[in-house]
Amino acid sequence: MTDWEVVIGLEIHAQLATRSKIFSGSATAYGAPPNTQANLVDLAYPGVLPVLNAEAVRMAVKFGLSIGAAVARRSVFARKNYFYPDLPKGYQISQYELPVVQQGKLEVMLDDGTVKIVGITRAHLEEDAGKSMHEGLPNASGIDLNRAGTPLLEIVSEPDMRSAKEAVAYMKKIHTLVRYLEICDGNMQEGSFRCDANVSVRPRGREKFGTRAEIKNLNSFRFVEKAIHYEVARQIELIEGGGTVVQETRLYDSDKDETRPMRSKEEANDYRYFPDPDLLPLQITEEFIEAVRATLPELPDAKAARFAHDFGLSAYDAGVLSASRELGAYFEAVLAELGAAHAKLTANWVMGELSSALNRDNLNIADSRASPAALAALLARIVDETISGKIAKEVFEAMWSEGQAADAIIDAKGLKQITDSGAIEGVIDAVIAANPKQLADYRSGKDKLFGFFVGQVMKATAGKANPAQLNELLKTKLAGGA
Amino acid sequence: MTMLHTLSISELSARLARKELSSVELTRFFLSRIERLSPALNALITVTAEQALQGAQAADRRRAAGENGPLLGIPLIHKDIFCTDGVRTSCGSRMLDNFIAPYDATVVARLKAAGAVMLAKANMDEFAMGSSNETSYYGPVKNPWNTAKVPGGSSGGSAAATAARLTPFATGTDTGGSIRQPAALTGVTGVKPTYGRVSRYGMIAFASSLDQAGVFARSAADAAMVLQVMAGFDPKDSTSVETPVPDYSATLDEPLKGLKIGLLREFFDGLEPHNAALIQDALKVYRALGATTQEVSLPHLPLSVPTYYVVAPAECSSNLSRFDGVRFGHRCEAPKDLMDLYKRSRGEGFGAEVKRRIMTGTYVLSAGYFDAYYLKAQKVRRLITDDFRAAFGQVDLLIGPTTPTPAFDIGAKIDDPVTMYLNDIYTIGANLAGLPGLSLPCGFVDELPMGLQLIGPHFSEAKLLNAAHRFQTATDWHRHTPRGYE
Repeated sequence: MTDWEVVIGLEIHAQLATRSKIFSGSATAYGAPPNTQANLVDLAYPGVLPVLNAEAVRMAVKFGLSIGAAVARRSVFARKNYFYPDLPKGYQISQYELPVVQQGKLEVMLDDGTVKIVGITRAHLEEDAGKSMHEGLPNASGIDLNRAGTPLLEIVSEPDMRSAKEAVAYMKKIHTLVRYLEICDGNMQEGSFRCDANVSVRPRGREKFGTRAEIKNLNSFRFVEKAIHYEVARQIELIEGGGTVVQETRLYDSDKDETRPMRSKEEANDYRYFPDPDLLPLQITEEFIEAVRATLPELPDAKAARFAHDFGLSAYDAGVLSASRELGAYFEAVLAELGAAHAKLTANWVMGELSSALNRDNLNIADSRASPAALAALLARIVDETISGKIAKEVFEAMWSEGQAADAIIDAKGLKQITDSGAIEGVIDAVIAANPKQLADYRSGKDKLFGFFVGQVMKATAGKANPAQLNELLKTKLAGGA
Repeated sequence: MTMLHTLSISELSARLARKELSSVELTRFFLSRIERLSPALNALITVTAEQALQGAQAADRRRAAGENGPLLGIPLIHKDIFCTDGVRTSCGSRMLDNFIAPYDATVVARLKAAGAVMLAKANMDEFAMGSSNETSYYGPVKNPWNTAKVPGGSSGGSAAATAARLTPFATGTDTGGSIRQPAALTGVTGVKPTYGRVSRYGMIAFASSLDQAGVFARSAADAAMVLQVMAGFDPKDSTSVETPVPDYSATLDEPLKGLKIGLLREFFDGLEPHNAALIQDALKVYRALGATTQEVSLPHLPLSVPTYYVVAPAECSSNLSRFDGVRFGHRCEAPKDLMDLYKRSRGEGFGAEVKRRIMTGTYVLSAGYFDAYYLKAQKVRRLITDDFRAAFGQVDLLIGPTTPTPAFDIGAKIDDPVTMYLNDIYTIGANLAGLPGLSLPCGFVDELPMGLQLIGPHFSEAKLLNAAHRFQTATDWHRHTPRGYE
């Protein structure tokens, strides 16, 4: 049996969050009635000309700087020529030989905690096409040009990924990054963030790449993973059965969970790329680059490193909390109230109770029912030992559903922790008195019964006994002390 | 009143300013001249009489309100390549025979804002591809000097209309000589400005890196007034240049003493003797005006025609892809599927010359041929541009013939594209280098007018107009009027 190695490169299309299109003044908002956001330039009327949207350039440069790439001082827009009804000009304006962003790289943390470096060959600006609609129009096709001319940043990776998991981790990292930079809303359902995957296999140890297939238009992380899995299995089976992989474009069908050819090689287009004479080469000055650099936010990796270093968080926790700008900001807002000394407690709560509550109710962190201040107030009660962590979860649920402050809930429900040693001792004495057999067993060496006694005391105090105090007092009592 | 067609724009403007004449009267005058004289020439595709009279009334109101611009109330004709809001803009093609433009080209808007009144849209070679105005879907335009002859192209209708005094001036476009060549063949003054001087927005693209809008007039002085309005940066055209527009009329009379004129060896080698004699006569006039002449060489210039016929078709093959029968323009009857829609709409909508250039352009951009043709042509283009730059290090202007021969017979060259293409041998270089060029009448061969061509460095329109105006002050070739149109 050959040991196959998988080779994957991704072309990610991130729709830039500009208000207007890349070469016209039309709005880019999603979901408008067909053709209401298409002006004469988008419709490619005779005589109209494209004018580059400076904001799209600013966003591309921002991305380039964030991956340590070279921002080309001079880049060129080219025409990619082909006929299709959703492509009004008969060509797409893109960048071909000289893209605006060249040679960057990204560190991607994998599930096992190792860091993988993925090379980014280039990122270029281009316009999106419109949309053909075939449903509800008997014997006709509709064309919606609202999306035509929407700015895209196409981010092309090196063939550096070796598994579907790596590909997904890389794609998620780019997804995080573009949202951090506020250059793309990352909405995959609306198609704002999608990718094509180039997949090939080769016997492990061989340097030469196998023939690749390009799987088009994957618009969810799950589809990327599944499509790659299917494609890898298909290619291996094909080769092992004596066949050869042909270079082609394939489509992933999520209903059938399979990829199949989109068009054969004979139908392959010759795009006849050439520099667009309607647009001058894009010249980017040092000043422009520095001005953009000044607007860069703290990036995910830097934030994670700071969280780990300043707050003593594990690399994993720091990674999770910096995965979105909003989550990181929430975490820091809680700490601002509570004090950095309690970072680990805060991290556990944000990643635990808060995240599961958000997931359960399908809410974004921005719409959390517990504000950072409210959560900090709850955690403060754990810190000052007013309540235990376990009770705190109960309080949190109440806060979430009723929207009240932690203290109010603790008071109303009488959840305040018992920290009076005398009171706790009294309960311990009663529990010991009521369980002479267990006491004898414990004293003859059955240490495990300690838990039994803790449980009995907690039961008797409705969970409110301070756990640390209880432990200490119980140990002494069981040992026969005063 | 009957002689209004002989007056210059400044004379007409003065009469309008003195209220001796209204724009409505002037417009009616030219409309009736058009009605009487245009059909025999086939110079116009659409006459916009109603809009013209409305425009004239508006101009008169503005005049009454105290406005006094030099073009306020002056009629003009637009080449049918410029989009005109609410008016058919055919580009000389069946493809756009049904196309009513929903907006004004920047050139149209600027002239409208200055109060100029559009009389009609002029006939032209289909999509500006041609040198004789014979490729028009609307039939050939006839030369007013001899109706058996072509007027040149592609702006043949604009040139013929100006020569026949159907309008004080007309707009045109010049991709490889389409203003200068027909200006020469019809005995009028034609200016192709520097690439980027006049906005291309709303001008239906043929070859985007070469196309430039310009003007036909009966004198350099008139052309200066019109160019003043047309020129200037347009944020809607990324290739238009943000350079201030000088006052072209202010420097028309500057003396030419010390002007260094370059004579292109490549233009004079093998020049037809009658043509050469006219050029030599013109040079005598310039020397008398104080200019000096010297020979200069542009070694790569002989490569300009083949270079042009790679670059221009390449760009046109892409520019014309939008005419697909989907959103506007000609659409075939009952297409059976998408491919059928494309093939028949384009097959029926485009004429032979346009198809020839689309195919040539598609070929030179194809994988495997791109380097040998398109890339090579771009390199030669750079060399030609460098040659011009070097020449302008020695001289102020280049002077030579505009065309190799006077107007030829309709039908004589239409079946021989290469011979036809050689008509533009003297004009194409300026387009490849993006330079301004001007053609002005300099005499007659076989009773047909011939043009003298001036080419200057980038943004030297004022100097070209000055040199042309001084020539026209010293000579009267530009005052000759074809028989029947006096």
